[in-house]
Amino acid sequence: MSAASAPAQPVFNAGTRASAGETPAEIDASAPATAGLLLLFVCAAGWIALGSALSLIASIKFHSASFLADLPWLTYGRVHPASLNAILYGFAVPAGSGVALWLSCRLGRTKLAWPGLVVLASLFWNLGVAIGLVAILAGDGTGLEWLEMPRYASPILFTAYALLGVSGLATFHRKQERELFPSQWFIVAAAFWFPWIYSTANLLLVFTPVRGVAQAAVNWWYVNNLATIWLGFIGLATIFYLLPKITARPLHSRYLAMFSFWTLALFGSWIGVPSGAPLPAWMPAVSTACAVLTAIPVLAVAVNCRKTMAGNYSKLKTDVALRFIIFGAVAWVVAGLATAAQALPAVSTVVQFTWFTAAQTQLALIGFFAMTMFGAIYHIVPRLVPSASLCRKMIRLHFWCATFGTVFLVIPLAAAGIREGLALGNADITFMQAVKLTLPFLRFSTFGELLITIGNVTLVLNLVGLAASCCRAWLAPKLAAARAEQPSRLEVAT
Amino acid sequence: MNRGPILFIGAFLALASSWFGLVLRPQIEVGQLQQTNTVGSAETYPVARPGLANQGLQVYRANGCVHCHSQCVRQSGVTFDVVLANLGTNQAEVVAVIEKLRPDFNVVYARKLVEGKVRDVLHGVTKAEADAAQKALEAGGARAQIQLVALGPDIARGWGNRRSVAADYLFDYPVQLGSQRIGPDLANIGLRPRTDDWHLLHFYDPRTVVEGSTMPPHRYLFEKRKVADVPSPDALKLPAQFALPSGWEIVPKPEAMALVAYLNSLKADAPLFEAPAPLPSATTQPSAVVNATSTSNTNPPAK
Repeated sequence: MSAASAPAQPVFNAGTRASAGETPAEIDASAPATAGLLLLFVCAAGWIALGSALSLIASIKFHSASFLADLPWLTYGRVHPASLNAILYGFAVPAGSGVALWLSCRLGRTKLAWPGLVVLASLFWNLGVAIGLVAILAGDGTGLEWLEMPRYASPILFTAYALLGVSGLATFHRKQERELFPSQWFIVAAAFWFPWIYSTANLLLVFTPVRGVAQAAVNWWYVNNLATIWLGFIGLATIFYLLPKITARPLHSRYLAMFSFWTLALFGSWIGVPSGAPLPAWMPAVSTACAVLTAIPVLAVAVNCRKTMAGNYSKLKTDVALRFIIFGAVAWVVAGLATAAQALPAVSTVVQFTWFTAAQTQLALIGFFAMTMFGAIYHIVPRLVPSASLCRKMIRLHFWCATFGTVFLVIPLAAAGIREGLALGNADITFMQAVKLTLPFLRFSTFGELLITIGNVTLVLNLVGLAASCCRAWLAPKLAAARAEQPSRLEVAT
Repeated sequence: MNRGPILFIGAFLALASSWFGLVLRPQIEVGQLQQTNTVGSAETYPVARPGLANQGLQVYRANGCVHCHSQCVRQSGVTFDVVLANLGTNQAEVVAVIEKLRPDFNVVYARKLVEGKVRDVLHGVTKAEADAAQKALEAGGARAQIQLVALGPDIARGWGNRRSVAADYLFDYPVQLGSQRIGPDLANIGLRPRTDDWHLLHFYDPRTVVEGSTMPPHRYLFEKRKVADVPSPDALKLPAQFALPSGWEIVPKPEAMALVAYLNSLKADAPLFEAPAPLPSATTQPSAVVNATSTSNTNPPAK
């Protein structure tokens, strides 16, 4: 890793750094940290593969409604939220947390604090996700968007996140580098954001539910803060670190990044209440205004990334991780502008309640966040395990599957949404006619889901292969030693 | 910005502001709602759903119906109609007033008006115009009513007669407004002319009653069994092309019956102060009362 022996941030203060703190190689070499982060990444990959497979099942039902219809566990109304929860809680939060922990180590030039906690948290988290998904498929979901996991799963997730958070905070506290890099602002804010919104939403919606439509308000607030702020912050932290890192160029402007951070934190957390919501009129109005204002940080990030790259795209040929990151950055900008546009009353009356909303969610979740995390995982894992290597062909296959899959998923869904919305705006067109208009688009999106699923499976195979060879390498000397001591017994066993 | 505490406090304040605005304020403004009287009657609204319907709400939740069906009627605005309740004695004067109000006034219309065949004077005007017209007509000795008409494609589709408001969801847990309409809005499904049998057939196999429906069948809410001595009175009456071999019947499980009860309980049509709606029957009460337009042409108000 030639660039890594240069400072961890070759970025705004390259060369001025004293040699305090750990070197990147030392940071990555610590075995328990490697185990914790690898565990997070491998399980996350497994969940997103499962999630996209469930999403594929849900999508096929639009072409053949009877497909798997007689199994209550796989009815659309359960498979669809299960797939979303698998991607959100199975993949997005743990993968994002893992990447954030690694970035905290690198940027703070310190080793991961209390790596054992990360292993424990990872096991706990995945247990919670498994319980939650089984509950949703069994018909025990809460019926609240993005909070479908029942009351016996969410506390497990919360505890696991708290453990991860303790390790993250301790790592942040131990940092050897006094100056904070923009990625660290995003990570610190996101680290506090999630427990607040998750506990508030679960307490007010699941444990001691509030009355009536106030539930919807809390739910919208939660969904938006998780999507816009948490996913946005973690994804941007990754982009702001890896773009300069891989291209070995400084981040264009630290002040522009700071501006994006504060404006996004302020405006982004107010989005969510749709216009026409059965709430006092000022709430959708403020939400709409903030959604439009969010275009400002979005454009600021776009400018910052573009100027950082400054036409220097040759690295794209050699570094596949960079391709994922750039795809993610572009998707974030497009999704952010779509959110701002969709909030405008003229647009919202057309696209609200249509497939356009689904397209936007998929663009933010898969196009932006998952792609960014894939890039980060492909960048980080080889550094965590220098002895083993990922299959480059499979990474390329994953990239093309994910790229075309996202394009085939999002663009047809958005087009279907606009078509459907325009048709539904005209009461002379019956609802069934409007539904039929969307079906050809949904065929494309099913194909997109298929590609995404294939891509995610290659990620799982790649990571599992690496983890297996890693375990073999770790076990081999011990086995050899054991065999030398007790040859006869081991020969029988093998 | 290199100080952790500043960063922490700034982010804390940003999130606290939206927590205050979108979590705490809704509790204060709509979290304490109580039952209220409907406009123009002493009935309280909303009324808690009966027990079976509440069980049905849980079936609705468990099977994720919300992922395809919203329960939220949107309204793009309102317009007003002015309708004559009584032409009065000075017909010539009233006709003269109407001639000024309507640009397309002609003799045929005037004759119909005098004969009582037509009652609507103005259609789709603003509140100010309606008020002015009513004043002019009443000055001429006639009695006129202003009728409110909610607008918007959702209303035009018959998904409701007014927008959904906070009171409509007061007793529900979970409140499932939905975010996508893969199927039609269900906020007022209980008001549409659907029989229990229709709903059950629709759950069992939507295509038996709606051609080309994309809704998945929910056959697991039913039991297929051999007919005992007497066929079950609840057994589905399947159309001929979907009929079972004789000796078999399809009987809805309790979940299916509860779901039907829940759908039948979805009626958000009461006129409220915050969401006035056309009243179902016409009256000659003061003009502030709003009446249904659909009945106005065919059923002149009782005197």
